[in-house]
Amino acid sequence: MAEELVLTRHQGKPGLTTIEGYRKVGGYAALRRAIEMGAEAVIAEVKASGLRGRGGAAFPTGTKWGFLPQGVFPRYLAVNADESEPGCFKDRVLIEEYPHQLLEGVLIAAYALQASHAFIYIRGEYRLQREILEAATREVYAAGMAGRKILGTDWDCELIVHGGAGAYICGEETALLDSLEGRRGQPRLKPPFPAIKGLYGQPTVVNNVETLSNLPYIVTEGGAAYAALGTEGSPGTRLFCVSGHVERPGTFEVPMGRTSFRDLLGLAGGVWRGRQFKAMQPGGGSMQVLGPQHLDVPLDFKAVADAGSALGAGALVVMDETTCLVDVATRLVDFYRHESCGKCVPCREGTYFESELMHRLEEGRASREELATLADICAGMDGRCFCPLGDTATWFVMSAYRMFTQEFEDHCGAGHCPVRSRVGAAA
Amino acid sequence: MSDRDGAVPAADLDPAVVARIRELRTLYPLARSAVLPALWAVQDRIGYLPAWSEEVVGRELGLLPADVAAVASFYSMYFGRPVGRHVIQVCQNVSCALRGADDLLDHLRGWLGVDGEGESPDGAFSLEGTVECLGACGGGPMMQVDRYSYESLTPERAEAILTEIRETNPEGPVGG
Ligand SMILES: Cc1cc2nc3c(=O)[nH]c(=O)nc-3n(C[C@H](O)[C@H](O)[C@H](O)COP(=O)(O)O)c2cc1C
Repeated sequence: MAEELVLTRHQGKPGLTTIEGYRKVGGYAALRRAIEMGAEAVIAEVKASGLRGRGGAAFPTGTKWGFLPQGVFPRYLAVNADESEPGCFKDRVLIEEYPHQLLEGVLIAAYALQASHAFIYIRGEYRLQREILEAATREVYAAGMAGRKILGTDWDCELIVHGGAGAYICGEETALLDSLEGRRGQPRLKPPFPAIKGLYGQPTVVNNVETLSNLPYIVTEGGAAYAALGTEGSPGTRLFCVSGHVERPGTFEVPMGRTSFRDLLGLAGGVWRGRQFKAMQPGGGSMQVLGPQHLDVPLDFKAVADAGSALGAGALVVMDETTCLVDVATRLVDFYRHESCGKCVPCREGTYFESELMHRLEEGRASREELATLADICAGMDGRCFCPLGDTATWFVMSAYRMFTQEFEDHCGAGHCPVRSRVGAAA
Repeated sequence: MSDRDGAVPAADLDPAVVARIRELRTLYPLARSAVLPALWAVQDRIGYLPAWSEEVVGRELGLLPADVAAVASFYSMYFGRPVGRHVIQVCQNVSCALRGADDLLDHLRGWLGVDGEGESPDGAFSLEGTVECLGACGGGPMMQVDRYSYESLTPERAEAILTEIRETNPEGPVGG
């Protein structure tokens, strides 16, 4: 594709993980430019770009920044590098390959918000990625772009890389803040939203790694240029993660709205081993399943919502004809059971019952009546949990049940997984 | 600091670790924020968190040991007991499972001599039981060893990687 790119536009250039290499491609000019423009003008450009958060909820970034109460200081920026959504590995790629692009984005945001500290909360399992960020941060300090009187201005900002320790829920923004305060990572009641009362009770913006990595481009080229890369409802580009049954899994940056699931599948080399496409999960482990009839849906927020799913955190997991959807749903339900933080009952107990039932179903030991129980359990969770973790623990399994009802029913009383035995017999 | 049987005395804690915790404390607007990094500092040195680590971290950060324990127990990557010299995690989430993670895990269990989860008989490795998505879905099946990722694995490649790790770093990553 000869499309203009944003996040990966420097791909293949040497030494990008060092400050020197990044400067050779014009790096950190956008930070200087942002400081010349002034905070208000930077926020206006971000609003004009139409950029929407890439962490999953797709909230307009400029609008979020605008919620900070006037004149209340100190303020904080928390960078969400917790990336634990099943199927997502784009933030990791952005950190490994373009750490300084991220740090420049972080500094631009911190300047626009006049934050005194920017914390990068990175999941504990990203050890190499954390080392890369720590090395890049040291370079930024040495170059006078973090700490006291940044680039000769009166603005002070500390840049701190903070490692998590294994908890998916710490990706949820308020749980992240509790974890950053040295507590168990459990979500807070909203409102107040972090922009009003966040870290240490002060105004705080939480933004995703990919969201912030777009800022150097937006400041350099202007918000309108960024918006024009995508479509009106889905401005800009996005780094999608394609995994599962494809020939070449990986990350692919494409313009939003003007690219379809089929295009993305094509970039990943199509379904592997010459097999037939069966289903896909966009957005990461939390989102609803889509089928072959949805392959031509464009990667546009509204179009995907109309199809019954969401772009979430930008993943696409592809499943070929040999896949058992009950097995896939069981693994995802297990994930939520393991990661439920235990704060609220519908999630803590619901994921337990869901998981026990799904295991019996996958092994062919559940009765048909239990499928109704499954629907009941999910109805008791969706919309009734303290945070979206518990709600989303029901979305894939219920959407798969609706789309592949026969497959679910065939498992009942079968004494084994009918899909696996069929596939096994054909092999 | 090579005692792996749970009897590392607090007095043996490397003073450098305490110094590191004091430094971490100054990085944050509130000392309490240094709890997770402080626990990491201890575990990276000793391999797990002995019961006294709650007292040490609590003393340095002005928290009750029980408060530190409550935090530590929430996070799955802190070990409350000694573990093998190298910790292995095989991702079993969807993207890896679609590309053969179950077979890889079964194979490694046999090769390591581990029933389900736990330490290999020679103490070189600990295989973790429940492992969630490790953010390497493009390279499934994959494993992490001591929190570094190894991707696009076949059973043979995984064996070769583990053999090399065992031979080049027999003491484990800890204490170095
Ligand atoms: C259970 C749960 C897990 C989440 N995990 C992440 C994550 O790993 N990374 C992330 O950026 N956002 C995650 N989010 C979304 C955050 O709460 C928040 O919306 C996001 O960090 C805001 O940044 P953005 O506006 O730039 O997208 C998660 C949300 C929930 C409910």
